[in-house]
Amino acid sequence: MSSEPYLVVSAILFAIGVLGFLVRRNAIIAFMSVELMLNSVNLSLVTFARQHGNLDGQVGTFFVMVVAAAEVVVGLAIIVAVYRARRSASVDDANLLKF
Amino acid sequence: MQLLEIVNAVPASGLFSLAWLLIAIPLASAALLLVLGRYSDKWGHILATAAPLASFTIGLVLFGQMLSADEGSRAASVPLFEWLSTGNWTIEVGLLVDQLSILFVLLITGVGSLIHIYSIGYMAHDDRRRRFFAYLNLFIAAMLLLVLADNYLVLFVGWEGVGLASYLLISFWQHRPSAAAAGQKAFVVNRVGDLGMAMAIFTMLAWFGSSSFSDVNAGAAELTPFWATLLGLLLLLGACGKSAQVPLQSWLLDAMEGPTPVSALIHAATMVTAGVYLVVRSNAIYAQSEIALTAVAIVGTVTLLAGAWIGSSKDDIKKVLAGSTMSQIGYMMLAAGLGPVGAAFAIFHLITHGFFKANMFLGAGSVMHGMDDDVDMRHYGGLSKAMRVTFITFAAGYLAIIGFPFTAGFYSKDHIIEAAFDQNTVLGVLALIGAGVTAYYMTRLMVMTFFGKKRWADDVHPHESPLVMTVPLIILAIASLGAGLAMNGWIQGWLAPPTGHEVHDTPLVHFTTIGLLTLAVVIVGVLVGWFLHRGEIPRNEPTTKNPLVLAGRADLYGDALNEHAIIRPTRGLSKGVAAIDRGVVDGLTMGSASLAGGLSAWLRTAQNGYVRTYGLTLVIGIVALAAIVFFGQLV
Amino acid sequence: MTSFIPLVSAGEVAFWVCGPIAILLAVGMVLMRKPVHSAICIAGVMLALAVMYAAQDAPFLFVIQIIVYTGAILMLFLFVVMLVGVDTSDSVVETLKGHRVASFLAVIGLAVLLVMAVGQVFEGEPAGLAAANEEFGGNLEGLAALLFSRYVFAFEATAALLITAAVGAMVLAHGERLKAKKSQVVQAQERMEAYAAEGKHPGVLPNSGVYARFNAIHAPALLPDGSVAEASVSETLTARGAIVAVDQLRTPADRAFKAIERVHSDAEGESE
Repeated sequence: MSSEPYLVVSAILFAIGVLGFLVRRNAIIAFMSVELMLNSVNLSLVTFARQHGNLDGQVGTFFVMVVAAAEVVVGLAIIVAVYRARRSASVDDANLLKF
Repeated sequence: MQLLEIVNAVPASGLFSLAWLLIAIPLASAALLLVLGRYSDKWGHILATAAPLASFTIGLVLFGQMLSADEGSRAASVPLFEWLSTGNWTIEVGLLVDQLSILFVLLITGVGSLIHIYSIGYMAHDDRRRRFFAYLNLFIAAMLLLVLADNYLVLFVGWEGVGLASYLLISFWQHRPSAAAAGQKAFVVNRVGDLGMAMAIFTMLAWFGSSSFSDVNAGAAELTPFWATLLGLLLLLGACGKSAQVPLQSWLLDAMEGPTPVSALIHAATMVTAGVYLVVRSNAIYAQSEIALTAVAIVGTVTLLAGAWIGSSKDDIKKVLAGSTMSQIGYMMLAAGLGPVGAAFAIFHLITHGFFKANMFLGAGSVMHGMDDDVDMRHYGGLSKAMRVTFITFAAGYLAIIGFPFTAGFYSKDHIIEAAFDQNTVLGVLALIGAGVTAYYMTRLMVMTFFGKKRWADDVHPHESPLVMTVPLIILAIASLGAGLAMNGWIQGWLAPPTGHEVHDTPLVHFTTIGLLTLAVVIVGVLVGWFLHRGEIPRNEPTTKNPLVLAGRADLYGDALNEHAIIRPTRGLSKGVAAIDRGVVDGLTMGSASLAGGLSAWLRTAQNGYVRTYGLTLVIGIVALAAIVFFGQLV
Repeated sequence: MTSFIPLVSAGEVAFWVCGPIAILLAVGMVLMRKPVHSAICIAGVMLALAVMYAAQDAPFLFVIQIIVYTGAILMLFLFVVMLVGVDTSDSVVETLKGHRVASFLAVIGLAVLLVMAVGQVFEGEPAGLAAANEEFGGNLEGLAALLFSRYVFAFEATAALLITAAVGAMVLAHGERLKAKKSQVVQAQERMEAYAAEGKHPGVLPNSGVYARFNAIHAPALLPDGSVAEASVSETLTARGAIVAVDQLRTPADRAFKAIERVHSDAEGESE
């Protein structure tokens, strides 16, 4: 089958990830949205690999997964640290960076 | 008008190359006294008196050398150093020792030395005497730089230097508000004249590419009539400021707030004559413009009458003398404004005036010294017996100024009146009237001060001044009487090269029609003065409705005129400008500032600290960019 | 080989089943109020994606997607959800004025642009990975050959990144001890002082439950007189009302006592 449907699904998933990041206040869910965006990009990379007939796209996906794993570890640690300090996991509570 | 012969100065050699010492000695002395401060209190006045004496000695030696040289090689130029070099202009600092400047050097250092000596006695009880002497030395140095400079720009440095010294000395007793105000007034009024000077120098630099006398004299013939007239009028404005000529005369009367030796040296004998020096020095420019020259003569005439008028109506002895100074400088200006026929007479009168006016000012100082610093002539009377030496020396000055035969003024002033009659009858008649009025008010001064009954208070004990004050008086009195005789036959020929003077035949004993007429007018003036003031003189100034007297007492409304014609309109204009500035300019700038501020305050609310908002902004930006790229591709 | 259903390959079936599921679950992740539900949704999304990887000739990625994402990363998420509060749910009220609408419009725009962009990039059928896999004898071998040749520096860099991330997480999660640890002596002294001052029981609390019968954590201990020992169960359970009722605990005892009494009376009756 052709590759376009995969890419369309990837684009829609990415947009949903953006929406989740923008509208959800819970830091964990916002973080899940980020992961969703990363995964949608992975899907498109795999699709590209198949379309072009070489494995570089799959290697890219592999690296994205590794980096995502590292990112999740640090990000979740940050969420825990912030929660410990503020007793809250809402991203709106950390709003000191303003006028 | 004939083209002037340009006399080029020869490069200095021998002693002339040391001419800079003339200026350096008093300048170094002034600097030393000011830097050392009270450590030099004990001996400062001695050093300060020695400085002008040293300069005087050098001046005498140079004068002797010039006398022995032949006429063509008397003027010597002493280049010192290059001051600044910018673009097309190179300003060299150099001195010009010629027949004109050496006379000034001798007058300044000679009379200056005498006044220094006199001041030792006069300022003996002032605890700021050392500072006074430092300022006096500063003045001497600046004045010498003024007359010795070989270009207008360096002259201007000296010009401002004497202005500074004048300011410092007028307001020397700064604890008196009137003295401080008088100093400020002199300073401000002089700035008006300096503006003329500065613009004249700009014009010269623009026209001739140089401000040196030789270049200006050589290039003057190329000036268009308009520029020649403008240059002449600008220089006249400068001269008016420094020499207290109408319309910039108002500061001189107030300048009498300074110590009397200052009045004698700066505001009678030397500095105020700088304007005359400037006009005579610039004769090449005035030769190109009849209008400017006439303006000089008119200013001189108006001032000589105005000064005489003021002198006739004042009771303050120093103010009478100040009015008289204005009047006499008016004579000099008149002579300078007559062109080549009067230039040397202007300088002649300047020198004799320097002697007799310094003499009378110092005499007045001596009187004040004996009268506990009272300056009101109505409180004097009958001082001739109490102050013998002062009386006799003052009388010598008196005779000289009214033009008693064979005294200094007789020669110098009569020459001017005669030259004025030659040139223009109206000017001559006015000058003649001035001579009569001079005789009147000087007689009034003499009678009120030295004759009649004593009118001073019981606790005042008039006494003769100490020797250190009377000796300079005696020397100046002799000069007042004899200077005319000594210089009459000689000065015209001597000054002809630098001033372009046309030599007249002026015998020692000359009773021409005009001379006799002058003498008659003077005698009338003396008699009027004598008979009017012979009797009782009230101790307080009588009220009068005589408009002439009232005007004279009010300095001919000079201050009122300045107030109404200049200060108030200027102030109104300033207020208007300030209002426009506040309303329009500030409104615009502040308005735009508050507009930007308001916009910023509104925009900064975009920075609300919520990471989701920042993310939304980011996404919108990406969408916008992507849309541009995407739809841009389609087009 | 003939297909069971003509013109439809297994890959297409997988896509048309997993694609909608992935999108629906993603939407669910955004909409769920509880983080736990969101986490379960995204786990489903990732599984669906894994299937799609498999459908696109990426068996290795299919496996590690499940192992790394669903197995490791999502478990991490769940741990954090547990730490932060498993039963907290977001308020649905949006605090930023107009933010939700603006976000929605922006995302619609983004989605439209993305779909338009990706909908026209390819011409022709995909090349397929058969040839690429052939070269080294399989998908995994091919990936390994790339990773350890062309991408070896990137691979090493990611190794360093992982180590750094692990250290960073430890540093971030590490809580600084503010006071010295209390020794047993101090603890004992404090306990006795508390007993002296407030009468607080210094010893261990009574165990829950009744010996030989029922010692679950929600069964309170009974005192000799038959009343409940409050300290023997957790306050949380008490508050929730999750503890076993006292009557229910007593029932067997009562029954036993009654049986004994009956036996007693029977014995007395026989003796009389």
